[in-house]
Amino acid sequence: MPDTPHVFAAVAVCVAITFGLRALPFAVLTPLRTSAVVHYLNARMPVGVMLILTVYTLRDLSPAAPRQLVAPAIALAVTLGLHHWRHHAVLSIFGGTAVHVALASTLTSH
Amino acid sequence: MHIPSPAVSVDSPEHAPASKSSSEAPAALKDSGAVGLGMFPLGVAFGVLVVHSGLSWWWAPVISGLVYAGSLEFLLVGMIVALAPLAQIALSAFLINFRHVFYALSFPLHRVKSPAGKTYAVFGMTDEAYALTSGVAARSWSGRRILWLQAFLQTYWVSGATAGALLGAVIPPQVVGLDFALTALFAVLTADAVRARRELPTPVLALICALVARFAFPSQMLLVAFALFTTALLARYALTERAARA
Repeated sequence: MPDTPHVFAAVAVCVAITFGLRALPFAVLTPLRTSAVVHYLNARMPVGVMLILTVYTLRDLSPAAPRQLVAPAIALAVTLGLHHWRHHAVLSIFGGTAVHVALASTLTSH
Repeated sequence: MHIPSPAVSVDSPEHAPASKSSSEAPAALKDSGAVGLGMFPLGVAFGVLVVHSGLSWWWAPVISGLVYAGSLEFLLVGMIVALAPLAQIALSAFLINFRHVFYALSFPLHRVKSPAGKTYAVFGMTDEAYALTSGVAARSWSGRRILWLQAFLQTYWVSGATAGALLGAVIPPQVVGLDFALTALFAVLTADAVRARRELPTPVLALICALVARFAFPSQMLLVAFALFTTALLARYALTERAARA
């Protein structure tokens, strides 16, 4: 477990960068409006960043241990299925997480 | 998060109704209600994740109140516990929150007059705050009403996280797998982004980059995946530019 100063440093880094990204463009608005490459990236980055983050959260899974894959695979299908059906983020996230907790808690206890 | 796409904000000259400041807070409370219904339970999930990751409960209000950027906070807890180097944390924060740069193009900051108010408005410019304040319905909102709205949104998030952290301590350790909430959150955000763009090459490119990074550089997966993806996008931009000129 990391010590408290390390956690504070990590939090401080995130605070500084997040605030900087929110504040800076108000100061340097004009060049950003016209940069074609920035607009190109902005249109395509979010979907890719979110997808990479999704894979990142599942990085501990390995094809060598297929039993591990059961709970997340079913939960992911439930999450996306719910989202496709109702398009309600909270419902999808909680439904998928509930299924995962139920499966992971029962599968690992044996 | 299901965020209504903000309408083009051609900010017309301000003719905000000169409503009394006493009526601004209840109006903002009402404006924030529907989004708050989503933010509070996600905050709870974050608080539970904090204590189940082994951090003290008070980190939940500290992180949710100070970093105040939902998806980054979830990821930050994982990176803290994994003792990720600060450089990786910084890069992740930059890449995840880079989208905020573009919010400045239409966020109605000019309506907030005081310097302190402006600072808070920028600090609290989350996806939800942006989505609510840049829409058509918000055109007549005064700076004060915007600030109240942002304060309510932050309250939902931080109180949800705190409640989750306190609640998480009484959830028995046999209950595992709550961290899937983060996977579900990102999966939902991915699905929404795919639906908004209706274009397949970009997510396919991202998936390839993620898998290459996961299997070839497992210890630096996030960094490698983001670098590969950005490079691939820039290359694609250069190619389409050249094709357009040819």
